[in-house]
Amino acid sequence: MSNYVELFNLTKTYRTPKGPAVIVKDFNLNIQKGEFITLIGHSGCGKSTVLSMLAGLNDITEGGIVLAGRELAGAGPDRGVVFQSPSLLPWLTAYENVMLGVDQVFYSANSDERREIVEYYLTVVGLADSMHKRPAELSQGMRQRVGIARAFALKPKMLLLDEPFGMLDSLTRYELQQVLIELWRKNKITALMVTHDVDEALFLSDRIVCMTDGPAAEVGDIVSVNFPRPRERKAVMEHPDYYPLREHLIEFLEVHAHRRQPKN
Amino acid sequence: MPYLELNNVTKHFGGAPVLKDVNLAVEQGEFVAIVGFSGAGKSTLINLIAGLLHPDAGTVKLNGKVITEPGPDRGIVFQNYSLLPWLTVFENILLAVDTVNPGWSKTQKEEHVLKYIAMVNLTPARDKKPGELSGGMRQRVSVARALAMNPQILLLDEPLSALDALTRATLQDEISRIWLEDKKTVLLITNDPDEGIYLADRIIPLTAGPEATLGESLKVEIPRPRDRKGINHDPHFKALRREVVETMLASKKDRHASVTRKLVLPDIEPEDLSAPPRPGWRKSPIRRREIKEESVEVSK
Amino acid sequence: MKSFKFDWLVLPLIGMVVAVLIWHLVSQTVSKDLPSPMKTWSESRDYVLHPFEKRGEMDQGILRFTWYSLILVAKGYAIALLLGTPIGFMLGLSKAFAKAFDPIIQILRPVSPLAWLPLGLVLFLGAGKNASELGALFTIAVCSMWPTVLNTAVGVRAIPQDYLNVAKVLKLSRTKTLFKVLIPATLPYMFTGFRLSLGIAWLVIVAAEMLTGRPGVGGFLWQEYNALNYSHIILCILTIGIVGFILDRLMSVVERKFKTI
Repeated sequence: MSNYVELFNLTKTYRTPKGPAVIVKDFNLNIQKGEFITLIGHSGCGKSTVLSMLAGLNDITEGGIVLAGRELAGAGPDRGVVFQSPSLLPWLTAYENVMLGVDQVFYSANSDERREIVEYYLTVVGLADSMHKRPAELSQGMRQRVGIARAFALKPKMLLLDEPFGMLDSLTRYELQQVLIELWRKNKITALMVTHDVDEALFLSDRIVCMTDGPAAEVGDIVSVNFPRPRERKAVMEHPDYYPLREHLIEFLEVHAHRRQPKN
Repeated sequence: MPYLELNNVTKHFGGAPVLKDVNLAVEQGEFVAIVGFSGAGKSTLINLIAGLLHPDAGTVKLNGKVITEPGPDRGIVFQNYSLLPWLTVFENILLAVDTVNPGWSKTQKEEHVLKYIAMVNLTPARDKKPGELSGGMRQRVSVARALAMNPQILLLDEPLSALDALTRATLQDEISRIWLEDKKTVLLITNDPDEGIYLADRIIPLTAGPEATLGESLKVEIPRPRDRKGINHDPHFKALRREVVETMLASKKDRHASVTRKLVLPDIEPEDLSAPPRPGWRKSPIRRREIKEESVEVSK
Repeated sequence: MKSFKFDWLVLPLIGMVVAVLIWHLVSQTVSKDLPSPMKTWSESRDYVLHPFEKRGEMDQGILRFTWYSLILVAKGYAIALLLGTPIGFMLGLSKAFAKAFDPIIQILRPVSPLAWLPLGLVLFLGAGKNASELGALFTIAVCSMWPTVLNTAVGVRAIPQDYLNVAKVLKLSRTKTLFKVLIPATLPYMFTGFRLSLGIAWLVIVAAEMLTGRPGVGGFLWQEYNALNYSHIILCILTIGIVGFILDRLMSVVERKFKTI
């Protein structure tokens, strides 16, 4: 089976007054269609940089990315992005925020169909009664639900999530992970998520890619997560492989943390 | 007699009560963690114990005496550091020590402040201003300041929520270490069940609001000092973790009845915006199948 | 002092009474030439009680004068906004534009209307009859547009990168990005600019009228100064102040209606 997404020799260098700063170097990864991949690593290791290059929001210095047989050039709605801070436009309601994107990609559809699409996704993420509220009237968790609905509504070829639940408390995070996985299950969109939460990665992904620390970060280790789908949280946490995998990942992070730890 | 006691405490702000019939008993030297959703009333609870708010019903007692106003016997560490930005680390803590012990000599106060700065490992930063410190360091100053007032009970209101995962882990270890040295009575409010289990002797869930109340307290029988990595093998840890999370999520679900709604999703493909518009797009979008109908559970 | 019922009415009234008393005291003791509040009222009664009368070009009711001034301000202010907002946008969006024109703007900004007016008159000398009006409009526009220019520029530069990323990911066209993202995001800053510009425009009108002898509050003030009629001067000052206050309040109402963020 040919790869759906290929990142080959991906490199990002910034020019700084102190000389070139290499954030990511020779990052290589192949993703199959319908896979859910998580990228974990410490803050500042460059995982968000990889994601923003995939999103087309950051230029690639060297190497390239191929999606569905075509090389990437710039940003576009074929890659739905869920940002960490929802970045909803505050002067539009939740409905209008999602409609902004739907209007762009479904310009050939009539207004009834577009309305149905927006209402569908907002209802499925649990905002049936709040869709005509503005972001200021919604809690952080609800705003993030809108962000998820907005990305899915575009029917993108690939879903990119940049620590989408990082700003939420653990319990809201659990709820939203559930919302995400159920929505994802409906159409198995190829997804890449960046997170530093090991449990989140184990619950959601097919494979977990561990990134080494910067500078010049690259792929450190790739772990396959074979829990059966559909994933149910209790069953996942009771799976015999769960805690060993968890420990393995925490150890990976710890080893790299200590390497970065400044002398106290 | 419990050191800190809350009896049937209820608090409202003009509408439905935020907290209802809250009962809590904390023994001296215990480390108790309360885990709850954001917005459920955790901060209200801390403010009641601190004396910044008064209960509408029930009593809050510390060492037998009813709490009526804030005081240095209850040291609080807030989520947002609340350090004065124009004072250095040393001066911020000195201010607190001054307030509590005005009668001490200058040398006494200075020694006291330095002792607590050292306790949180910030001696090289003593003359820096909060703006020059990282989030984790600022929070350590907050902790040092609270401890320097020698409170009878330490109240931590989601102190680590604003920090990144690595700093959070480091500070959790520090709080654990400091507590082992002093064995103060500590009440920690957090939204992270793992943090609660790792640090506390007992963990109590706060049900979802409104009318939040404290659920059954669970004892954390993991021997100290606790090892973050090794804890993964501890069956008790895993069971406790599951139970806390389940209780929390269940309490939220109960509050919402659900209704089934029929939704329609037209099964059309999006247009490719990086290619020129295809001929015939005006007539109809690319359709895969017919219109898809779905029944979706919607909570009220 | 704790707040009590009607304190929003009683306290300002007390403040005003105290001010009038101080005025009275000063007029009786320190500056005997300053007309007292009573004298001011008796000499200005006509103008206030018959505000719309026209007895002569420079002898009209106070509201007629105000009306002339307001019309001139409206025209000049509109020009200031129509020119200033796009300039502000360009300053915010293009670093090159900013580097090129920022020094010029900083040099022109502190220049007083009293200096611009003669220049304005010279520029429009060829317009014959309309020269004085065009000169006044030019002065008002040039003096009042800077807050709009600069605040709009600041607002554009302050747009969070997140919103721009949304526009990029959705591949919004340039026009759509401007109208759906850039303008709503900058609106609060633009309104700050509009408000400050309005204040300056109203200030400048007085100077402009004084120097061109046009009928209006400023023109009247200048005439009465030459006639040494201080009561009327005080009347003009009070009128100018009250109208300025009302204009500012109106602006807040408009701002609230268009609140985006």
